[in-house]
Amino acid sequence: MKKIVLSIITLSLVFSIFFIFACTDTEPPEKTGNAFTFGLLMVGPYNDHGWSQAHYEGGKYVEKMVPRSKMIYIDKVNPADRAGVTIPQLVDDMVEKGATLIIANSDDMKDGTREAANQHPNVHFIHISGDDVLTGKGPKNLSNLMGKMEYGKMMAGFTAALTTKTGKIAYLGPLINEETRRLASSCYLGARYAWEKVLNKNAADLKFQVTWIGFWFNIPGVTADPTQVAQNFYNTGYDVVVSGIDTTEALVVAGQKRKEGKTVWAIPYDFEGACEGGSDVCLGVPYFNWGPSYVDMIKKSMAGTWKPEWIWLEPNWENINDLNTSAVGFAAGPAISSTTKQELDTFIKELGAGTLNLFTGPLQYQDGSIFLKAGENANDQQIWYMKQLLKGMGGQSSAK
Amino acid sequence: MTDYYRTIKEIIFALVIVFTFTTLVLLAAGAPPFEAYYHIFKGALGSWIRFSHVIKTWIPLTLCACGLLYTFRINLWNIGIEGQMMMGAVFTTACLRFGLESPVQPLFLWFSFAAGITGGAIWAFGAGFLKTKGGVNEIFAGLGLNFVAQGIILWLIFGPWKRPGVASMSGTEIFPHTMWLPHLTSIRLSPVGLGLVTLALVITALMLRYTRIGLYLKAIGNNPNAARIFGIKRAKYMLIAMLFAGGFAGLAGSLQVTGVYHRLLPAISSNYGYLALLVVMLANYNIWLAPFIAFFFACLNVGSIQLPMVLQLDSSLSGVIQGSLVLAALAVHAWRTFRKDNSHRGIE
Repeated sequence: MKKIVLSIITLSLVFSIFFIFACTDTEPPEKTGNAFTFGLLMVGPYNDHGWSQAHYEGGKYVEKMVPRSKMIYIDKVNPADRAGVTIPQLVDDMVEKGATLIIANSDDMKDGTREAANQHPNVHFIHISGDDVLTGKGPKNLSNLMGKMEYGKMMAGFTAALTTKTGKIAYLGPLINEETRRLASSCYLGARYAWEKVLNKNAADLKFQVTWIGFWFNIPGVTADPTQVAQNFYNTGYDVVVSGIDTTEALVVAGQKRKEGKTVWAIPYDFEGACEGGSDVCLGVPYFNWGPSYVDMIKKSMAGTWKPEWIWLEPNWENINDLNTSAVGFAAGPAISSTTKQELDTFIKELGAGTLNLFTGPLQYQDGSIFLKAGENANDQQIWYMKQLLKGMGGQSSAK
Repeated sequence: MTDYYRTIKEIIFALVIVFTFTTLVLLAAGAPPFEAYYHIFKGALGSWIRFSHVIKTWIPLTLCACGLLYTFRINLWNIGIEGQMMMGAVFTTACLRFGLESPVQPLFLWFSFAAGITGGAIWAFGAGFLKTKGGVNEIFAGLGLNFVAQGIILWLIFGPWKRPGVASMSGTEIFPHTMWLPHLTSIRLSPVGLGLVTLALVITALMLRYTRIGLYLKAIGNNPNAARIFGIKRAKYMLIAMLFAGGFAGLAGSLQVTGVYHRLLPAISSNYGYLALLVVMLANYNIWLAPFIAFFFACLNVGSIQLPMVLQLDSSLSGVIQGSLVLAALAVHAWRTFRKDNSHRGIE
């Protein structure tokens, strides 16, 4: 009995000490003399040469362009790297540090971001790649932002088809959802266009295989290992691997295979500088440039003109690689041949002028059902919510 | 009473060793150690909201620790507690999914706790059965079952319970608010969760101290041969201990689903089971210390997120602190036993 009494006394003592501490320390948001603090939650490491780094650079761009703005960030926000850490918990923390706008950069954070946005109605949230505004599930302080990477993927597919010697292109896919389906499909459309219209070959002779690993990057024991998947592609005759995942395994493996004497290439994804370190195999990289759109949205938040928006930004067709204006770009890599580069430039011009629309019917889904009737142009929502991969592509359309 | 104070003294001694060690690690990494400690402390207890997150971690950690006290008492290393927590989460999710169609959704929330306890208990029974009937060491059985449980979760998330059209390890579709563990917005905590933990602590304390089961567990744990002579069925009490451990772990898994994530995801157990093993060892298998150690560990877990955020340091430092704490505690124990043995010899 003595022990119980003693424990209860100690317990209440500890708690009361804490209460005093918690009550006196009401902690006003740390005033750092900055006009605007924004938080960035990244799913991967901030220096992953891929998806997360592109966001990190975007945040840095905001700090440069918006006077007295300050970024606080936390990377590796995923259940494998930070078990037990939740999005609402991180948002609470960032808000206490003075953040009035939070950017969550992963599809994986959809539920957590929505929950946090409901808890902090006075803080603005940008959920990247989500559709809560479209579906109406999100509160008023939540917006969605994405770039039309479909064009970047078309350019990647186009380049891959003009480069492949074996006629076998592989797509290293992350997980299966609407976003990844439309991106893989865009890549295929670009490849098929180059194959049929530039090379004048039969579409049936082009092999386009998608393999999904199960998440945006490798999680040992949970996802398939992207290094092994890429090796497997190269060992089975696929000589160009287009990466759809956040990290650069495809490029690394291609570099190794090249050293073994194989003629192979890779196209990484997400980050403008992704070709670094793979100069002999890198055909180019379709990348996101988040800076300008971040600046836009943050200015709206500062000026009080924020409203919930679902934003899907086109590249700046005048110059898709203008880092001050274009949301999506394609940086040609050192391994691309000069003729391919010329063809690519024409292709980009046609896409930009609107004379060429690859999402034009007739297009069939993988199981033969109709996606677009002959002559029909897909609208944004049709592309956003593609239900399957396209006919002609190999690989799963949804989970078994 | 002296035992009690000695344990506390040992903990303080272990703490000194650990902080010296971590400080050296931090210095080697070129980081300011005291700033790091300050940020961990402030990150965990700097405001009510942060404190509420600590409690959210403390709840499953303490529940698992309660369960482990039964198995440690009978000298079983229930490392399978992690998997038991996962299966608790799986059964809970199954129950909630079943209740989705029902007009009395909140009722299923309560059923789901029972389901979680059952799930954890079944998984623990599996390990116990292998131990008592198959002679498989409970550590191997438990680890094996952990992998199986993880496999089942992944299969469910990618297969039968996937979101429509999606194959991602992000987890199952989120449950509607009516099936979330009710929590008080003003304090950001769920009274139900806190109530269940308190109940678990009280039950465990009473069971181990005042009941026949508690006595027999201790008897078998201390001297299996003597217990056999007295006619205590070892296998039966091992299974009982496992069932209790699994039940509490399952409840922890249940609360992770209903109170924290509101869905099933691969990392639902968040390694709290493994962490609870460290908690109980550091508490020297003492139920009155376990919740405090668990609280300390929860603070480290929540506060360490400040390291990457403020100091751009890797947050695995909290793991270094926790791991070296346990090593230090074991070292102190070993030292005490060694000294005791020596002094006995001296008398002879």
